[in-house]
Amino acid sequence: MDFGFKISPSSAINLDKIDLTMFEKLHEMEPDVYKCIACGSCSATCPAARYSGMSMRKVILDLQRGREKEVFSMMKNCMLCGKCTMVCPRGINTRHLILSISKLYCETK
Amino acid sequence: MKENILIIGGGIAGLEAAAMLLRLGHSPIIIEKSDRLGGHVASWHKLFPDMTPAKDVVDRLTAEASGANIFLNTEISFVNKLTDSYNIMLSNGISIITKVILVTMGFSLFDAAKKEEYGYGVYDHVVTNRDLEQWFNGKDDPRIDNSAMNAVGFVHCVGSRDEKAKNSQCSKVCCITAVKQAIEVKQKFPDASVYCFYMDLRMFGKKFEDFYISAQRDYGIRFIRGRVSEVSENIEGRVVVKAEDTLSGKPLKVTLDLLVLMAGMVCGDSCTKVAGMIPLPVDSDGFLKSKDNIFDVMESPKEGIFYAGACTGPKTVPETLAEARAAALDIHLYINGLE
Repeated sequence: MDFGFKISPSSAINLDKIDLTMFEKLHEMEPDVYKCIACGSCSATCPAARYSGMSMRKVILDLQRGREKEVFSMMKNCMLCGKCTMVCPRGINTRHLILSISKLYCETK
Repeated sequence: MKENILIIGGGIAGLEAAAMLLRLGHSPIIIEKSDRLGGHVASWHKLFPDMTPAKDVVDRLTAEASGANIFLNTEISFVNKLTDSYNIMLSNGISIITKVILVTMGFSLFDAAKKEEYGYGVYDHVVTNRDLEQWFNGKDDPRIDNSAMNAVGFVHCVGSRDEKAKNSQCSKVCCITAVKQAIEVKQKFPDASVYCFYMDLRMFGKKFEDFYISAQRDYGIRFIRGRVSEVSENIEGRVVVKAEDTLSGKPLKVTLDLLVLMAGMVCGDSCTKVAGMIPLPVDSDGFLKSKDNIFDVMESPKEGIFYAGACTGPKTVPETLAEARAAALDIHLYINGLE
């Protein structure tokens, strides 16, 4: 039935309900994923970012917030150039991390 | 004749200054309002960044200052200004005439109950950083479950950087203390999720940043950027915390077994009281005002009155000890100048 209006679903994050099993598996493959300080260097340098919305910072955050759909749509735009890896101050091999995410999450999909 | 030197406050600053003055050939007097020495550090468990037992620090300082004349359970009743000295009447009936006073009365922990939205003293599982340290020290706390915890949260900046709480200053040490305590909780309960709610992390000191990296990498502590806005209790008595996850721009909710409030530093109650008696001016940050905030931090604007430690602003333990030594040397030179 159309009332002429609808209520949008809540965008709130409920940490109690987020299943981090996959993220923990990723952490086993890529221990450095815990080291992200969300500085945004990777996103700022990403050549795909300004045209596609790809952001490595958001990828790492969204995985921890159970927003995997958003991660996949962002990661499709990655060209694996590796600039993000060069600028990461915490020395995270983000390029390798992207490959591991693809491998892990695609295998189980 | 040897000059009297009165040290007000038997915390780490007072003890270290006394030890240094003893080595320089003086005989300082320490007065302490409580029944033990060591101040706040004496109720702490371990100190960052090397997890040094706080007890070792206090024991060493107490031993080094043992040659001083120490009055415990003693407060200042009133102060009379004489021509070139002060007559200090103590609560134990003794009066001291002195030209030199060292104020080491330190800070008070911000009263977390004032931030009502966090529910300290209202909900069953909300404690402060100090409560948690005492629990680490083996003191039972009905709010903290000794056997199991699934989720624990730390709230940074409680009563710090908060104009409404009348303390707009950063308390400096709470960020690193939260990281330290989060690691200790994780060591006790390896399966628990441990969250830190921060605005920004101020890891300014030696090895602080390494400590933070270790908390992330080795312990999986989860840092959430966003100030906790409200805390409530669910029907099971667990704590429900709401904050904005400002990195994703979305409201966030999590249920915890324990919430730890990182209460900040405010100028000590007794410090303000004694400052009113002498009187000593208070700076715009609420702490005692130095003669100059660059060159003469350890000197008050009044001749013969010196400061050391957190009475002039939040400080770490090594910073306090360094100031205490510097103040002792200032006093030594000042007394030599009198003769």
